[in-house]
Amino acid sequence: MPEDGKSRNDYWRANLRLMAWLLAIWFTVSYGCGILLADTLNQFRFGGFKLGFWFAQQGSIYVFVVLIFIYVWKMNRIDREYGVDE
Amino acid sequence: MMELQTWTYLIVGLTFSLYIGIAIWSRVQTTRGFYVAGGGVSPLANGMATAADWMSAASFISMAGLISFIGRDGAYYLMGWTGGYVLLALLLAPYLRKFGQFTVPDFVGERYYSKQARLVAVICAIFVSFTYVAGQMRGVGVVFSRFLDVEIENGVVIGMGIVFIYAVMGGMKGITYTQVAQYCVLIFAFLVPAVFISLAMTGHVFPQVGFGSTVLNESGIETGIYLLDKLDGLNQDLGFSAYTSGTKETIDVFFITAALMVGTAGLPHVIIRFFTVPRVRDARLSAGYALLFIALLYTTAPAVAAFARTNLIETVQHRPYDDLPDWFQNWENTGLLAWVDKNSDGRVQYAPGQPFEKLPGHKTLKLVKTEQAGASGQPLFENRPSKSANELYVDRDIIVLANPEIARLPNWVIALVAAGGLAAALSTAAGLLLVISASISHDLLKNILMPEISEKQELLYARIAAGVAVCIAGYFGINPPGFVAQVVAFAFGLAAASFFPAIVLGIFYKRMNREGAVSGMVVGIVFTAAYIIYFKFVNPGANRAENWWFGISPEGIGTLGMLLNFSVSLIISRFTPPPPAHVQDLVEDIRIPRGAGGATEA
Repeated sequence: MPEDGKSRNDYWRANLRLMAWLLAIWFTVSYGCGILLADTLNQFRFGGFKLGFWFAQQGSIYVFVVLIFIYVWKMNRIDREYGVDE
Repeated sequence: MMELQTWTYLIVGLTFSLYIGIAIWSRVQTTRGFYVAGGGVSPLANGMATAADWMSAASFISMAGLISFIGRDGAYYLMGWTGGYVLLALLLAPYLRKFGQFTVPDFVGERYYSKQARLVAVICAIFVSFTYVAGQMRGVGVVFSRFLDVEIENGVVIGMGIVFIYAVMGGMKGITYTQVAQYCVLIFAFLVPAVFISLAMTGHVFPQVGFGSTVLNESGIETGIYLLDKLDGLNQDLGFSAYTSGTKETIDVFFITAALMVGTAGLPHVIIRFFTVPRVRDARLSAGYALLFIALLYTTAPAVAAFARTNLIETVQHRPYDDLPDWFQNWENTGLLAWVDKNSDGRVQYAPGQPFEKLPGHKTLKLVKTEQAGASGQPLFENRPSKSANELYVDRDIIVLANPEIARLPNWVIALVAAGGLAAALSTAAGLLLVISASISHDLLKNILMPEISEKQELLYARIAAGVAVCIAGYFGINPPGFVAQVVAFAFGLAAASFFPAIVLGIFYKRMNREGAVSGMVVGIVFTAAYIIYFKFVNPGANRAENWWFGISPEGIGTLGMLLNFSVSLIISRFTPPPPAHVQDLVEDIRIPRGAGGATEA
């Protein structure tokens, strides 16, 4: 229950854990694959795209969208699990 | 076939009547209705409204063109202006919705129990929003002048009139539902020409797929060459670097991307959109919808950029001027395209470098046409030819604006692009004006200067503030201060270096106190502003990579300002008393979704 201090803390920790995972992926695809490793990844191909270029101009955006929907779905479950949903 | 002008008047007229109709339907009588549309907007509608709010004239008209000319490095716009939504969804939107007030300064003021903190936030919000809105009004005028032969000034006035009607009458409610309509108009207008061009060049319906496919030749036969390989080759033949490789320093691209992402998450007109939905879970979901709708345009734009550049080079390179298609002359008349026959061979040579010199006393390259014509019948310009081998001047905006003509699409598609550009500019302008209006009536008057005013009076002040803001924005649209382009870096840098750390720490670090947050914001703003002002205004001649700190350009410095803000806040808060108990309870409370309170009737 929300009044229960322990459960509140657990809820918050579950939230932070999920967030950390998603932000790690967010950072890896955009700053990692799209910028820092782009030249290295450009040696590989994805259809007509060089891979680094694809991450920079297409792939990272698709991943961003998916990340938010995963967050929405997971958080709704966590909310219900800890009894803090609306 | 109907004339282009007729089509444009028809489509623009229809969309404008739609916006006014929505305005009349969505009048509001309460401050809650005016500031947050009564808090009853559905996540899907809020997603569309946020997408239209966010995608400005720059996204619609200029971005594909910019990418077309800078190649892979253009990714910092693409990733920067979309990746910020991940931060917004995970770090800000749900908690600010639970907090449940009307403005961003509301949160800063209450969380840091301080009128000074609120005031700093108000000043930043107003500055950031005015910077932005001037560009939008200009965009409205430019679209009018190019498509409808209306003077730019009159175009701005028409745009002001429309925004005035629905922003002053309907507040956030009017703005929200016109933005939903505007999103539909702008995305349709952007996708239709893109799909046709993709079909013509690669045979694929989806531009995102055509982007990575092989090209067809003029008679529609498969060539077996990938579009991007072909474009890399064309670029290199003309002396440019390959389209798919970067030219900027990696550290600078990194910092610019981060500044745009964090700035996006910290822009007040985007944040307040999440106050309009009923529940915390709706705030999360509408961030997802918003990014999905934005991604439709943002994954198409780089494809359009590559198609258009390939098309342009193939159409004009070494072609005799007399043989060029009609659209070339049409756009020559607007001053967006120009050709100077430097080697007198009557053919177009495209190469790196500007083709013309700036006129004396001008800071940017602006072409001024003369009455005379050259040997091939081309218009001549007062600007002197430059020393580079390049003979072709191409304004970046032309990539989107002329796309339908280059692809020989019917007139109604061209008219649609005009309506789309107007929708993009008007929707963003309205969102920004609401931030300005709420900052003045709610934060400045109600919460700082005149706390005794009634709700009715506050609402009246909100409408007056919106009206005055429209006029000021229009004035800047008609007389653009020469520095509009330069201050865009400012808007993102300031949002990144001020709001973002203060809000994130306010939610995720309960121990963060007034002293820490205020000093962090002040240091972040002063540092970022000083760096940008020095390189953009005081000593523009020194604005080169070797003079930048760690190779970071003024566009990317907001990231460093943000890091400074975080560090200063954390250090100062360690040495000063913790926030009072009721503020710590507030932080506990916003972390839990339950109890956000349902919608009330506006």
